Amino acid sequence: MSMWEYANPRKFMEWTGPVLPWAFGLAAVSLTVGLVWGFFFTPDDFRQGSTVKIIYLHVPAALMAINAWFMMLVASLIWLVRRHHVSALAARAAAPVGITMTLMALFTGAVWGSPMWGTWWAWDPRLTSFLILFLFYLGYVALWEAIEDPDTAADLTSVLCIVGSVFAVLSRYAVNFWNQGLHQGASLSLDAEENVSDVFWFPLLVCIAGFVFLFVALILLRTRTEIRLRRIRALDARAARA
Amino acid sequence: MIALLRRDLQLAVRAGGGFGLGLAFFLIVIVLVPFGVGPEQAVLARIAPGILWVAALLSALLSLDRIFALDSEDGSLALLATAPIPLEGVAVVKAAAHWITSGLPLVLAAPVLGAMLSLPPPAYGTLLLSLLVGTPALSMIGTFGAALTVGLRRGGLLLSLLVLPLYVPTLIFGAEAVRRAADGLPATAPLILTAAISAGTFALMPFAAAAGLRVNLR
Repeated sequence: MSMWEYANPRKFMEWTGPVLPWAFGLAAVSLTVGLVWGFFFTPDDFRQGSTVKIIYLHVPAALMAINAWFMMLVASLIWLVRRHHVSALAARAAAPVGITMTLMALFTGAVWGSPMWGTWWAWDPRLTSFLILFLFYLGYVALWEAIEDPDTAADLTSVLCIVGSVFAVLSRYAVNFWNQGLHQGASLSLDAEENVSDVFWFPLLVCIAGFVFLFVALILLRTRTEIRLRRIRALDARAARA
Repeated sequence: MIALLRRDLQLAVRAGGGFGLGLAFFLIVIVLVPFGVGPEQAVLARIAPGILWVAALLSALLSLDRIFALDSEDGSLALLATAPIPLEGVAVVKAAAHWITSGLPLVLAAPVLGAMLSLPPPAYGTLLLSLLVGTPALSMIGTFGAALTVGLRRGGLLLSLLVLPLYVPTLIFGAEAVRRAADGLPATAPLILTAAISAGTFALMPFAAAAGLRVNLR
């Protein structure tokens, strides 16, 4: 019994069925707790006022935007090496979620930046690399949509995902080189001496957990949809032949 | 490989259109810019490095879908796949042919167009050098994009969507080198980084391009 057995489509449908409500439930609970706690039961920042509270959406969304791409990279590698169809479908399912998270991070950042920085948009390294990440997501989804044969599409998008990962990292360093930033540095590192204050930190943790659960739930749901879609296509093809 | 390179070059020169087209496009973009932003010398000099690099990038993009499309249509790509040279080698040769027909003319024409945009004199050498070491990366990355989309009937637009984000680092370092030179600063670091991207893409991208070709030929 190895972990790969769970990647069998039938097995996958079996174990994700019961897991799915739990994932959605945990996401709903932790997001409600985290957001309500963050929005109504934390003090205003002494300089930023209540705008600081956008952190509870901005930071988790940005985190998941990057992690979604990372998950697609891992799933693509698994597809290329072991050729599990579920893996390719999971990568495909993750891309629109990643796009949404990227847009959310960019949008909440703009909303926060407008009163704080006095501008909606600045060509700051972090902002720019997120925009580039967004373009990578668009290209990835477009390639999936353009190719008819599912296996060819899975292969080509996997290659694109790997190459894109390298270039995404490269772009991150290139834009650092190109322009000085307006965005603050990391304030949530585990090893840093000065982090965000505990008052904001704990509800933020709950929100991050909520986004992770939401991401997992959405990926499982979308992957299940893709598997069902493929089954329907197979049945249709069989019916057409008979 | 030499024979393949010679064949591709001859096809590009003799089959009309492809060879001069990129260069003409480059020229037109540069000519259009002053109409858009106004003829003041100071403004043009300020934006010249960026405009020259963006125009080079766009004109490289213009001829990308021809890299594999014709070979795929008449079946010679399938022949190349069964030929003794590996597909990785084919990808390198294709990229080199694309660079010689579209990148090299740009490099040679760039100083003239730089003069039209009143680029500051100290930047000419750097402009030439940065395009010389940067455009090979554009060709190689583009070959990878062309390999991914060779099986599609209308891959042109998709190709630009795939390839342009990959061009970002090259553009940043290349244009930064020219800008620094125009401001009278040392431009060695961005030049070296541009060259590093070219070297890195020529070392690694052929494998990705060949993988894409193999999938598309399956």
